[in-house]
Amino acid sequence: MDGMSFSEFGSVLIMQGFNGLSYFSVLLLMALGLAIIFGQMGVINMAHGEFLTIGAYTTYLLSVLSSTYAPWFESYYFIAAIIVGFGVAFVIGYLVEWLMIRHLYKRPLDSLLATWGLSLIMQQTFRSTFGPKEVSATLPAWLMGSYSPKEGLDIPLNGLFVMALTLALTSAVAAIMFYSRWGLRVRATTQNRAMAGAVGIDTAKIDRLTFALGCGIAGVAGAAFTTIGSTGPTSGSLYIVDTFLVVVFGGAQSLLGTIASAFSIAQTNSTLEFFMTGSIAKVITLATIIGILLLRPEGLFRLRVRK
Amino acid sequence: MKPTVLNAPSNLRAISRSLRTLLFGVMASVPLLVNAGTTTAEVNTTGLAVTDSVVKVGQLHSATGTMAISETGSIQAERLAIDQINEMGGILGRKIEIIQEDGASDWPTFAEKARKLLVNDKVAAVFGCWTSASRKAVLPVFEKENGMLYYPTFYEGLEQSKNVIYTGQEATQQIIAGLDWLAKTKGAKKFYLVGSDYIWPRTSNKIARKHIENVLKGEVVGEDYFPLGHTQFGSLINKIKLKKPDAVYSIIVGGSNVAWWKQLKAAGVTSDKQTILTISVTEDEILGIGGENMVGFYAAMKYFQSLDNDNNKKFVAAFKAKYGDKAVIGDVTQAAYLGPWLWKAAVEKAGSFDIDKIAAASPGIELKTAPEGYVKVHENHHLWSKLRIGEALADGQYKVIYESDLIEPNPVPKGYQ
Repeated sequence: MDGMSFSEFGSVLIMQGFNGLSYFSVLLLMALGLAIIFGQMGVINMAHGEFLTIGAYTTYLLSVLSSTYAPWFESYYFIAAIIVGFGVAFVIGYLVEWLMIRHLYKRPLDSLLATWGLSLIMQQTFRSTFGPKEVSATLPAWLMGSYSPKEGLDIPLNGLFVMALTLALTSAVAAIMFYSRWGLRVRATTQNRAMAGAVGIDTAKIDRLTFALGCGIAGVAGAAFTTIGSTGPTSGSLYIVDTFLVVVFGGAQSLLGTIASAFSIAQTNSTLEFFMTGSIAKVITLATIIGILLLRPEGLFRLRVRK
Repeated sequence: MKPTVLNAPSNLRAISRSLRTLLFGVMASVPLLVNAGTTTAEVNTTGLAVTDSVVKVGQLHSATGTMAISETGSIQAERLAIDQINEMGGILGRKIEIIQEDGASDWPTFAEKARKLLVNDKVAAVFGCWTSASRKAVLPVFEKENGMLYYPTFYEGLEQSKNVIYTGQEATQQIIAGLDWLAKTKGAKKFYLVGSDYIWPRTSNKIARKHIENVLKGEVVGEDYFPLGHTQFGSLINKIKLKKPDAVYSIIVGGSNVAWWKQLKAAGVTSDKQTILTISVTEDEILGIGGENMVGFYAAMKYFQSLDNDNNKKFVAAFKAKYGDKAVIGDVTQAAYLGPWLWKAAVEKAGSFDIDKIAAASPGIELKTAPEGYVKVHENHHLWSKLRIGEALADGQYKVIYESDLIEPNPVPKGYQ
């Protein structure tokens, strides 16, 4: 490290540590919705990425609307976008479950094909509505740039924001799943559908709301990702592979597994990227995951239930 | 074969023969007048889809799929050029009719549609392709069926075909002058090369490295590639902060591009602290990145929408009139616009639609009406063109701050392999 003082090296070390954590929150945020849908319900939702895109386009629309009609709202619209993004994705998810998914619960492979078809339809709809070119939501000033406590040390504000959002959302999901009556019913339904129905749980309604919740969370993730990534008709597909990777690696039915998996993948990848080129880092990360999955086919954490 | 209408008949058999000739002559002479002395049989000896009034051409881009983002501009520019040519009376008196096919961002589909256009539709020329992968997929088809492709994208070079006219820049045209500019005006000695992981960025960076090390006597302090669609650049940004290069040379494309520039900005890497030159961000891409994230960084291309000349002002005005006031025009869109005009010039020079004659007539063709200024077709079917450096502005446009002389295309450069 010629020409580099110890304190500069320290700064890079801190930023690199933050980078790993920031990547962790991105992975977790995008996997959270799928962890509910795929993990809890067993539906392979190939259109999950497009629900992210819905959130992203909602943010873009609100950005355009607020800058055109309500400039005073420009610095706050982003908060609204996250809530509206959740709402829009939730409603569309609700409809999709009602129209399509509920007919396919007993046919997992068909649901894979059907949701993949749905993702293509949604992509083309975005393309026809918003045009094939990428768009960009204007970020409010408080989300741009970096927090710089000293020269050479820059902590990205959007990274901090995504981290906080992930923390809040994960806590909320965990609270709902493990401490609310509704969460109890969801867990009962996924563990033993017949018995849950027998004790008076409306399993069809639980399924619909669970699916919609997963989609809504994807919408939030999509809104948040406009700060760090692109908004285009196929932006969601950039995330879908990594999302499945996190959920499968973590152990499909475990929220804790998803968190652990996102953390280990993010840290491995960002550390490797620092020492070698990005493509090789990805290869090594994927090879390691495949190796571990060979040894532990059910992922890092598994839920022990009597079947 | 000229119909002989005016020959006087000398006997009855001759009368009946000349009646036939007369009928044929009357039918043929209507387009004859329009075509200024060229019959279809003369200008089309190989059975292309050329009639007395219409010539069919193909357009082969991705209107759907991931590449639609980039290829839409090319589709629009080619249509604009063809409309303008038709308004001027077409080519050799024939209106151009477009058969549009969708490559759907899928390379085998491109090859299949290319075969359809050449074999079934017998089009006289094809304007199309965008990625190198799609061009490589259709190239064998064009060479086997003897078609003519006008390819608009700047690309890695290392290719030359009788059946292709490359209207974008090959790698050395885009790279070398840009690096020289960095070395001269920014005093850059230490370079960091980054790119998406496929043939164009890798080949381009290979040329860049050779030029930096052998000609500029500088140093490459890092070279990194990321899979297409990669969205996390934090580690790379930290490495750049650690290595402190004088200039970063960036060839990241697609959705990754947006993530890369947004994250640079968020990590406090601004143009006053770090010089970055890219060859993969046109005005089209800035729409997605957001002008505020690009301010002050540089791009090296042959064309920017803000070019200040009369050709370009007319072109931009026509483009906006047709596609809306918010339309932006990037380097490749302008290169795509050149395709139909270069084809028109070649057909008129050759006096024929025959592929072989156009291929032979193309070298030496000059286009003084090009929005980028002046271009000339080289023996190797690439264009002589200038390189410009643009500085990104907050409104998503570039300010041109440097312009090179005309650069000779050299798709297979010695010493850079």
